[in-house]
Amino acid sequence: MKSSLLLGALSLALVGSATAEEVTVYSARIESLVKPLFDAYTKETGVQVKFVTDNEGALMQRIKAEGANTPADILLTVDAGNLWQATQMGLLKPVQSAALSANIPAHLRDPDGNWFGLSVRARTVFFNTKRVKPTDLSTYEDLADPKWKGRLCLRSAKKVYNQSLVGTLISRLGEAKTEQVVKGWVANLAADPFSDDTKLLEAIDAGQCDVGIANTYYYGRLLDKNPKLKVSLFWPNQTTSGVHVNISGAGVTKHAKNEKGAIKLLEWMSSEKAQNLLADVNMEYPANPKVKPDPYVASWGSFKHDYINVKVAGEQQANAVKLMDRAGYK
Amino acid sequence: MTLSLTAQAQASPPRRWNLQPGIAWLIAAITLVPLLVVLASLADPQTDIWAHLADYVLPQLLINTAWLAGGVAIGTLLLGVSLAWLTAVYDFPGRRHFAWLLALPLAMPAYVLASVQIGLYDFTGPLQTLLREWFDNSRWFPPIRSRGGVILTMTLALYPYVYLLARNAFLTQGRRALEAAAVLGLSRRQGFWRVAMPMARPWLVGGVSLVLMETLADFGTVATFNYDTFTTAIYKAWFALFNLKAASQLASLLVMAVLALALFEQKARGNKRYHGAGRSGPAQPIRLQGLRAVAATAACLLILALAFFIPCGQLLKWAATVIKTDFDSRYISFIWHSVLLAGGAAMLVVTLGLLLAYAVRGRDGHSARLAARLATLGYAIPGSVLAVGVFIPTAALDNQLIAALQALGWQTPPQILKGTLVVMLLAYAARFLAVAFEPTQAAMQRITPNQEAAAASLGLGRREMLWRLHLPLLRGGLFTAALMVFVDVMKEMPITLMTRPFGWNTLSVRVFEMTSEGQWEQAALPALAIVVVGLIPVALLARQTENR
Repeated sequence: MKSSLLLGALSLALVGSATAEEVTVYSARIESLVKPLFDAYTKETGVQVKFVTDNEGALMQRIKAEGANTPADILLTVDAGNLWQATQMGLLKPVQSAALSANIPAHLRDPDGNWFGLSVRARTVFFNTKRVKPTDLSTYEDLADPKWKGRLCLRSAKKVYNQSLVGTLISRLGEAKTEQVVKGWVANLAADPFSDDTKLLEAIDAGQCDVGIANTYYYGRLLDKNPKLKVSLFWPNQTTSGVHVNISGAGVTKHAKNEKGAIKLLEWMSSEKAQNLLADVNMEYPANPKVKPDPYVASWGSFKHDYINVKVAGEQQANAVKLMDRAGYK
Repeated sequence: MTLSLTAQAQASPPRRWNLQPGIAWLIAAITLVPLLVVLASLADPQTDIWAHLADYVLPQLLINTAWLAGGVAIGTLLLGVSLAWLTAVYDFPGRRHFAWLLALPLAMPAYVLASVQIGLYDFTGPLQTLLREWFDNSRWFPPIRSRGGVILTMTLALYPYVYLLARNAFLTQGRRALEAAAVLGLSRRQGFWRVAMPMARPWLVGGVSLVLMETLADFGTVATFNYDTFTTAIYKAWFALFNLKAASQLASLLVMAVLALALFEQKARGNKRYHGAGRSGPAQPIRLQGLRAVAATAACLLILALAFFIPCGQLLKWAATVIKTDFDSRYISFIWHSVLLAGGAAMLVVTLGLLLAYAVRGRDGHSARLAARLATLGYAIPGSVLAVGVFIPTAALDNQLIAALQALGWQTPPQILKGTLVVMLLAYAARFLAVAFEPTQAAMQRITPNQEAAAASLGLGRREMLWRLHLPLLRGGLFTAALMVFVDVMKEMPITLMTRPFGWNTLSVRVFEMTSEGQWEQAALPALAIVVVGLIPVALLARQTENR
């Protein structure tokens, strides 16, 4: 008697939970970057967006372990390498959407439609304005030249941004040439690799080193706080491959309960009205070419970016990591 | 009267409770389930990753890990034991306050301290900038991002484990032992080395094993220093080479190494006993005079400044820049969630730790001891790996439940157990049992079999004995255990992230989010909140030791 009452109450609770339309997102992008966006979506459509944040590796294991019962409709993460990996693990489902195909350039999404880039992050070269002339700079590869000995700062090879950068170098130059470049970088280091881009940019400012590689939004934040920063950015490889870019992006999970709602949310995120909300909050570049970046971001100049499909970052990631280990890049 | 009591006790020994090993194994199961998930990876060797790691990565990592573990163990022992001895045995200006203040660095997460240290002492930090202004060059300044820097930082962050346990040992060993040593002609120094230290062994071993396990499982601190250790290989295999299996295999090796160490220590300790000598209270503190008193105060102040006040100052400075924009009503829920989890976990884990320590003490202690060893291994597994180890069986169980309910024609939500507090608390238990067990078990060693025999002769069963004899005698140890678990859960990230309900954020989740974007100013605010909330139990501990 008691137990049947309990079960009855439970079943009521279970049925009661599915009323308003809801999309559930597992996000490796942190709350302060996604919440304003989801709030705007709810306001516009009435659809609730439920989300949980965690590190991307943990989120993928979570979706995998949950299998068919995953609450996640969308996996949102940074770095194409992670999205590529989620696809390899069979966590995502190909999506055909005219709106997404129109809004997101082909090199910023999976050719099979498993995931779509939503914002673009440029990893470029920075230099100390007192000690380096921009004319001395040319390419990522050139930073391996002995003229930079004792003048280069790099972030740790453990950061996926550098793994992706080296991954695209491998696909462009081949392993042997890339390994030479990476070895050259390591030989030029002015200090042990840093654990984050901000520290690296501060080191360039303080004159611990003269040049380095970092993502632009870290520079934007630092410059915002300290307008007298003695650091400027340089767009490398403009006559060759272009500036290395990566994405933050998302895909619909294989066992999404609300697949239609998930696709709609992705389409909305790629649209002109949402793109600025998505990118500007972190000083990134919109993935939709019809949308202009934030004026502050645009003031750093326009540049040619690498049009190699960003999924290369995933395909080459393991090779890149092993290569950096061999080259002694920590 | 005394004689007859003893005789009676011998005639009817305390009742055997064969349940005890069973209870111990039941508790161990909480850890064993995720542990087995991790160990299961060993069945499927990932040869190409192993070959690569062995060729290019592991040799250096093992050297680094050995240096770090050795350095931090020695550092925390030196610092923890000397500060505990100083505050337990001597009296000098400020001693009563230092006694609890010195536990404060416990509330400072090691990865936060790491970032603060680098912020302060690296090339771009204020100190070296000042040095450059004075001397035009600061390259002679020892680099903080170095082996020495990481050992120093982790020592400052972790010494309170040893300090708290060692202090407990020195306060409970009783005046008689040292008095007897003095009567036998030992100087105070000899008394320390030949009486106090050997009698404190279970506490010191307990404290250092916590420190070692935390050091070996740490990723955040070493990553901030870019100092590659064994855990670096684990994370590299998982996040960079996308191979969780290889990562779990590496973690399994780590766990087995820790288990081997623990068993070795157990064997070396043998059947030595560590009961309190007589029922005397703690010795009257010896008043230090003149220069010695000044030196004692200065030493405590220096350590506190380096490990706590200067880092807190830096955090405050960072937090001040964002407090207007970031500090709002959400913090009420962050703090409430953190306190709820930490408090709930402290109660649960300390209870389990007590039952475990009690089982180990029972007649059939051998099997229980093995159970305890295994149950406390969760602390040696890197947090993220353990979090997955918890999540996989939970999700599997959920899937079974859902399938069963659906077979009955029921509608179910996708989560039944997942995202519940029960799972979270059990996961914390799997991770932090060691933190509760070590101080409890050490404190248990001070209780003599005579005391138990006397209690038994008065007709107390094992259960009443636990309640009326052990609990009161263990108060100090249990309080230490609860404090350490509470603060550890406040700082914990990977398990909290992976098992929390939707929309649930805690202070440590907030720290994670901000640091993952390299936003240290924003991260300083929740980090400070962790420190402030962590002060509450430390202050409680202070009061309860004052009462002694």
